[in-house]
Amino acid sequence: MTETKQPDVSAGPAKSALRDVNFDPSAPLLEVENLQVEFHTRDGIAKAVNGVSFSVAEGETLGILGESGCGKSVTAQAIMGILDTPPARIAGGEVRYRGVDLLQLDESKRRHVRANKIAMIFQDALSSLNPVFTVGWQLGELYRMHTGASRKEAKVKAIEMLELVGIPAAKARVDDYPHQFSGGMRQRVMIAMALALKPDVIIADEPTTALDVTVQAQVMQLLADLQQEMKMGLILITHDMGVVADVVDKICVMYAGHAVEQADVFQIYERPAHPYTKALLESIPRVDQKGQELTVIKGLPPALVNAPPGCSFHPRCTFATDRCKTDEPELYAVPGGRSSACHYWEEVIAK
Amino acid sequence: MSDISAAQAASTSDPAGGPEGSTGADRTLWGDVRYEMVRNPVFWFSAILVFIVLVMAFFPQIFASTSPTTSGACPLEHAREKPTWGKPFGYTNAGCDMWSSLVWGTGKSVIVAIFVTIGTVILGVASGTAAGWFGGFTDTVISRITDVFFGLPFILGALVFLAIFPTRNIVTISIVLTVFGWTSLTRVMRGSVISTKQRDFVDAARALGATDLFIIRKHILANSIAPVIVLATIGLGAYISAEATLTFLGVGYQRPTVSWGLLVSEGQTLATAGFWHLLVYPSSFIVVTVLAFILLGDVLRDALDPRSR
Repeated sequence: MTETKQPDVSAGPAKSALRDVNFDPSAPLLEVENLQVEFHTRDGIAKAVNGVSFSVAEGETLGILGESGCGKSVTAQAIMGILDTPPARIAGGEVRYRGVDLLQLDESKRRHVRANKIAMIFQDALSSLNPVFTVGWQLGELYRMHTGASRKEAKVKAIEMLELVGIPAAKARVDDYPHQFSGGMRQRVMIAMALALKPDVIIADEPTTALDVTVQAQVMQLLADLQQEMKMGLILITHDMGVVADVVDKICVMYAGHAVEQADVFQIYERPAHPYTKALLESIPRVDQKGQELTVIKGLPPALVNAPPGCSFHPRCTFATDRCKTDEPELYAVPGGRSSACHYWEEVIAK
Repeated sequence: MSDISAAQAASTSDPAGGPEGSTGADRTLWGDVRYEMVRNPVFWFSAILVFIVLVMAFFPQIFASTSPTTSGACPLEHAREKPTWGKPFGYTNAGCDMWSSLVWGTGKSVIVAIFVTIGTVILGVASGTAAGWFGGFTDTVISRITDVFFGLPFILGALVFLAIFPTRNIVTISIVLTVFGWTSLTRVMRGSVISTKQRDFVDAARALGATDLFIIRKHILANSIAPVIVLATIGLGAYISAEATLTFLGVGYQRPTVSWGLLVSEGQTLATAGFWHLLVYPSSFIVVTVLAFILLGDVLRDALDPRSR
């Protein structure tokens, strides 16, 4: 096996473009503050993300949890800066990497932040890899573009990365096309591409959804191991409560574009402070409930174009009162460094 | 024209076929295309035909020593002489040797077709990519322009345009055919780019810091070009027959130039009068050449699609 060398970015185009950006090494790794994203549609303005705030530190894993259409992926894309604008528009907020607001950076610098500082793993590896190029080419092109490596060097690095993510016979497989890999192996290739330039933050958008359960565990383990090894911050977007429990340190639960609850992973599983989190946890099938009807959250998430007044969860909430229909709950601080956007969080946590 | 259906057939190729063992050699897209094609007998058949036609077009003296346009090459006493064992192709209406007329006419037909194909591909790919990638206003403008050109009937339009030009030569015929031919490639390219643009790997590439230009150059073009290449190869054959059509109608090449279209137009009135060879030989040259290009396009389409392996 070849020795893994740090890619030399000192001379590459990425370094020169980011030279005059003052990243503060002592500032928090990634902070998202009051992020707001809107989509301008024919039916009106859909507020997909409504003032979401969270932060990730080195070596820390944040899980973003929620149903489909609650704004998880849009949040991720807004951080990456790959939203299609229009129809999307970032209406407000800040995304700070090492103290620098990425939303204020111009596109040419922002481009180098991607992959070098913040990288993303996509849900469906088959469609996220270009079918007409070999995986080695696609991996190598990253080095060629960002570090100015030669074709030969890029290929050596590509093989190193494939070995790192545990692809057997990497040397032979580097010239294979994406369709020649199995689902799990493809996701490993995606991870290799995201990690190629040793970013500090990885955003994984449902990385295991398209995989079967045994492979899911392997891929998650790989991701967790690499994260510890490289001391990266990891944002794991998922709707799978099981995946979250094993790997994440803290959780941000999203509903209809709001971060409704944030807490430590143990606190959330033990004592949820928001009715939505509680309902999500209750809807996990358990062996000891065999034969009983599964608890589900009735109804659907609201349409984002005309969200219900007050708390957006009130039509489906078992704790809802008249107050919830008119007053939008603020983010209440819950003891233990947590937060919950529910008027009755004390009641929920006590139950 | 059946362009659209051909292009659809090209883009909706089935993802069947098991993975073949990798050879471990340095494989590229075009390396694989070569690997696929050299193992296909249809490729060799069509490629050899195309090669012969091209050699005939650029070096006619290899096949027939005297050009029918040199003085004294067409003695009138031989006019319309039927094929004999000694002269299996017979003589043309003007008394020229049919074989050397066909050989020396190849260039005029094929070079026009090559010019037109290059012209339409450049125009079509550029405008189609711009329309598909930028969308919005750019797309509207380009699409409406193609609609206008689509609305013009090809034969009528070409007739009118060519009638304007005082001299009709390779350049003018190429320009007219290009002007009327690029729009179908634009449409196919536009559709292809739009569907490619929405695929996840474009987002993934952007998330990994690729520039727009890089995405267009590598990801978009490589994934959208296949139907255009197929259409262009088929189109090359079609333009050979289009040139023949225009010449036949009297707005293409004019005597003393020799071209296949001229020979067909000469032969058509006399074919029923017993001089079959005046029509059959030039027509079959056109048919075989067009077929060769279409087959080559077909093989290319199959080879260009890695999913079909």
